[in-house]
Amino acid sequence: MIKKITQLIILIILSTTQSFALIEVDITRGNLEPLPVAVSPLSSDKKTNDKLVKELKIENIGDKISEVVENNLKNSGLFNPLNKDAFLQKPDIAHLKPRFEDWSLIKAQALITGKVTLNNEKLRVEFRLWDVLAAKEMMALAFTTVPSNWRRIGHIITDKVYERLTGEKGYFDTRIIYVAEDGPKTKRIKKLAIMDQDGSNTKYLTLGNELVLTPRFNPTNQMVTYLSYFRNLPRVYLLDIETGVQEVVGDFPGMTFAPRFSPDGKKIIMSFAMDGNSDIYTMNLENRIVERITNHPSIDTSPSYSPDGKFICFNSDRSGYQQIYVMKKDGTNVKRISFGKGLYGTPVWSPRGDLIAFTKLHKGKFYIGVMRTDGSGERLLTENYYQEAPSWSPNGRVLIFYRETKTDSEGKGFSAKLWSIDLTGYNERMVKTESDASDPSWSSLLSN
Amino acid sequence: MLACLVLSACATKKVQNQMQGDVYTGKDTVEYLASGVPDRVFFATNESVLTTASRDTLRKQAEWLRKNSKVNVVLEGHADERGTREYNLALGERRANAAKDYLMTYGISANRISVISYGKERPVDSGSNPLAWSKNRRSVTVKAN
Repeated sequence: MIKKITQLIILIILSTTQSFALIEVDITRGNLEPLPVAVSPLSSDKKTNDKLVKELKIENIGDKISEVVENNLKNSGLFNPLNKDAFLQKPDIAHLKPRFEDWSLIKAQALITGKVTLNNEKLRVEFRLWDVLAAKEMMALAFTTVPSNWRRIGHIITDKVYERLTGEKGYFDTRIIYVAEDGPKTKRIKKLAIMDQDGSNTKYLTLGNELVLTPRFNPTNQMVTYLSYFRNLPRVYLLDIETGVQEVVGDFPGMTFAPRFSPDGKKIIMSFAMDGNSDIYTMNLENRIVERITNHPSIDTSPSYSPDGKFICFNSDRSGYQQIYVMKKDGTNVKRISFGKGLYGTPVWSPRGDLIAFTKLHKGKFYIGVMRTDGSGERLLTENYYQEAPSWSPNGRVLIFYRETKTDSEGKGFSAKLWSIDLTGYNERMVKTESDASDPSWSSLLSN
Repeated sequence: MLACLVLSACATKKVQNQMQGDVYTGKDTVEYLASGVPDRVFFATNESVLTTASRDTLRKQAEWLRKNSKVNVVLEGHADERGTREYNLALGERRANAAKDYLMTYGISANRISVISYGKERPVDSGSNPLAWSKNRRSVTVKAN
């Protein structure tokens, strides 16, 4: 159905002079002062260029890869890629030995250089990260892969640079699965779609014949669980992205919805609605055993596991209104954790384990926020007419969610778009999609 | 200026005539299963409690179903756009079941009634205002055969 996610990328660590972290990006305070970084175009020889133009119709692959890196760094909000017009040194020479005084003249603190070659139909990309002020090499790596994978090389380079400069794993070699939307608000056509984190390489996984909602990745990014109205029976499905094979999850005599994987990928947790009551269930994908986790006459939905799999946060209106609760994985020890004003929904546990992101509705406004897992330290990151369903980047730094616009008195002007925001509340920005979009779910890192 | 005021006053009055509390009481979107048998009932925000008018409508539906004993129905539960998607799916299911329970107390067998929730996915009014939302918070009885 779509290309293998895990295409082989061989990584070689080039000999590099050991150096200590001299420049560092403070990521706890957001993007107050993004680090000025120069991303030199990657150099490539004429033979490589000619061959790539002929085979892949890609011109200037070195420029293209560096643009991917530059765009990623800029979108992170932590880096300020400098204008290439001001670069004095040629890419190939800079990659061998940067003239640091030239780069510090344009106020670059870090410099990324690289080289692309084609050997035996394989693309070999090497790059170096330089500390301009200390005049030292910080990192040097090379990758070998099939040429069509060139964008992923750009994402992996960004991940390496991000990790070296912030001390935390990156989130650039990742994908977003979401619902692509089209048509009038009263008859929306919805399809499952998958794209790279930066909005490129969009592929559609369903045709739009039936309503589909809330897709979520499993930890290895090969499977997706989602809600489909196939044959007008709303049920949770499991889809293998590589083979395109899909199946209904469990044999429930009513609607199942709000699915997510357990952190080990072995279970799906979801709601099952029967006779006006929704409770939380799990199904083990290996032995198909179904377990009931909650048993309460209220609505229990939107379950999400803690990363160690020991706890579940979920949404319930057992107090009379939608609030967030945490319980042990077996359904015992249920505790309400949201006590602020308004309604709370869509809790989702951070991959770091320390925070729960949520949607809040208060006085006609919708907020995306985070709180600690005991409910303390509530912080609202963004306010809007309508937004919901945050999903964490794999490093727990960024949230992606969707936002809908208000329509006018004639019902016109509706749109749904993906947005992302840093955990600090800075760097709120729209994530480009080919069509309207909702229900985003962030994959884990494709390469580790 | 005066015309403007009169117009806006009229508009407000019209909205008020179509809502009681925040439950829709108008006829704009209503279709009929048979003459005098409305196909839908409306709910207050976040509620699945049947109003007096809703119970009246459902009694008429039950009477019609008793007369037409071969007809099966699907109850389609809906929510407005001012809620999270997953919660609204559950809320739509709860609303449709409230209607189903009432039909059953008036003698309609459970095996003639199926229930489906669309949450906020299928609004009838695409507006972003209280009147539009009130029309969308509904359970619609649809002939299944």
